[in-house]
Amino acid sequence: MTVLVIAEHDNAAIKGTTLNTVTAAAQCGGEVHVLVAGHQAQAAAEAAAKIAGVSKVILADGEALAHGLAENLAAQVLALASSYILFSATASGKNIAPRVAAKLDVAQISEIIKVDSPDSFERPIYAGNAIATVQSLDEKKLITVRTTGFDAAAATSGSAAVATIAPAADSGKSRFVSSEIAKNERPDLTAAKIVVSGGRALGSAEKFNEVINLLADKLGAAIGASRAAVDAGYAPNDLQVGQTGKIVAPQLYIACGISGAIQHLAGMKDAKVIVAINKDPEAPIFRVADYGLEADLFEAIPDLVKQLG
Amino acid sequence: MKVLIAVKRVVDYDVKVRVKSDGSGVDIANVKQSMNPFDEIAVEEAVRLKEKGQASEVIAVSCGVAQRQETLRTAMAIGADRAILVETDVELQPLAVVKRLKALVDKEQPGLVILGKQAIGDDANQTGQMLAALADLPQATFASKVEVSGDKAQVTREIDGGLETVSLSLPAVVITDLRLNEPRYVTLPNIMKAKKKPLDTVKPEDLGVDVAPRLKTLKVADPPKRGAGIKMPDVATLVDKLRSEAKVI
Repeated sequence: MTVLVIAEHDNAAIKGTTLNTVTAAAQCGGEVHVLVAGHQAQAAAEAAAKIAGVSKVILADGEALAHGLAENLAAQVLALASSYILFSATASGKNIAPRVAAKLDVAQISEIIKVDSPDSFERPIYAGNAIATVQSLDEKKLITVRTTGFDAAAATSGSAAVATIAPAADSGKSRFVSSEIAKNERPDLTAAKIVVSGGRALGSAEKFNEVINLLADKLGAAIGASRAAVDAGYAPNDLQVGQTGKIVAPQLYIACGISGAIQHLAGMKDAKVIVAINKDPEAPIFRVADYGLEADLFEAIPDLVKQLG
Repeated sequence: MKVLIAVKRVVDYDVKVRVKSDGSGVDIANVKQSMNPFDEIAVEEAVRLKEKGQASEVIAVSCGVAQRQETLRTAMAIGADRAILVETDVELQPLAVVKRLKALVDKEQPGLVILGKQAIGDDANQTGQMLAALADLPQATFASKVEVSGDKAQVTREIDGGLETVSLSLPAVVITDLRLNEPRYVTLPNIMKAKKKPLDTVKPEDLGVDVAPRLKTLKVADPPKRGAGIKMPDVATLVDKLRSEAKVI
């Protein structure tokens, strides 16, 4: 029996979330294979071969796979037979996985956080306010993995063989036009050890950048934001933490001027340590914070940065 | 060009659900329900396309219990022209819904199908993509901008790290993200008007698809509780606790 993990990569390197998904795959039982579908992606395939627990890497290399278009990627995955197919529950995984599920005529099991047995899995529902244990009645299991639920597999201790297969053809129905990827030196939000998040209380994009950057720079942290802050234009869309944004589980999450709506808590309550800085003593965020600081963030954060040395 | 939109009725986003004591599910009896927020965005986008003269007709569809008529009326109050309810009391899983939607797509032949990216209950995020696959249509998920011109739709998508633009050949499926638009408030005159718009009810059997559930819910439990911690008197104490107690910095 094989468990196929669809690697997320930029053709040169494997993204960190794939390591967590490999761990989930190993828990399903069977041999773990990793598909690297891309263009000029030999380096990514070699990196995948070094992931602990992976027994085989399958490289599909072709122009139609260069930009991860869902139509072509799904066709590529369908060309491989496997008992289990696992994607990371990221923007890319969520884009492709349901297409594969529908074509295989199986139900997708979304965002699992635990493997209970080879056919039953735990997944959060209602913004994480309940955890459902579901059993798949399908012969093949198509799964997306909430990567915060699983530890990362070691990235360097494996030595799997790389096999090459024919790349999928272009569907001709969709075409990549362009992308704007924000470049920054910060760690990736979903993989960072420390996340500093800002809310509406920041008041403006300028203040958000000034105050939140200050603390994030000091701690080498990734930056997140509440929906209110993103809606108000203080921070870009892809920094939104919560039910419909990113799910994070860092060692330390510092919520600055975030009230703590249930939808936001859904995205960060699995952090190991939560710090909340908020002026409002009644803010719901204090109900989940390990350490609360009732203070004006425009004074508290510069002070905090100073005292961190 | 017809535009088809799928809407779902869900527990209102403002309600904190409770897990039933027997672990069989969450208690949604007597809980406020409304149109899934992402679906509202889908309806708004379709109606804007019609207002721009790019869509000829906006059709709202839903699969589920009779109360969904209310949700479809809301869609028509926003501006959809007519609605179709595939009525059933059976619990529907995404794949089963998708097969019904696919039957409606075959029947109505829309140029564009717009759906929300996820229902804020099961949070599965799959219906639109599955529909695109079964109908053999191209898709654009997490859409933040949609421009239709000729037989193409250019869609800007929110991806990890930034934005991506793809061009789809119509017919196609677009799956909305949060910031595609801000849905309008429905006005009383439009609610009255919506009551007169046609709403067809069909039985799943009429569509020739019947799908048994593929996922069995074994139990539903409360998530691990996270208790409130302690309030710090000042920044110095906070720094000290993070260093010596939590050891995270």
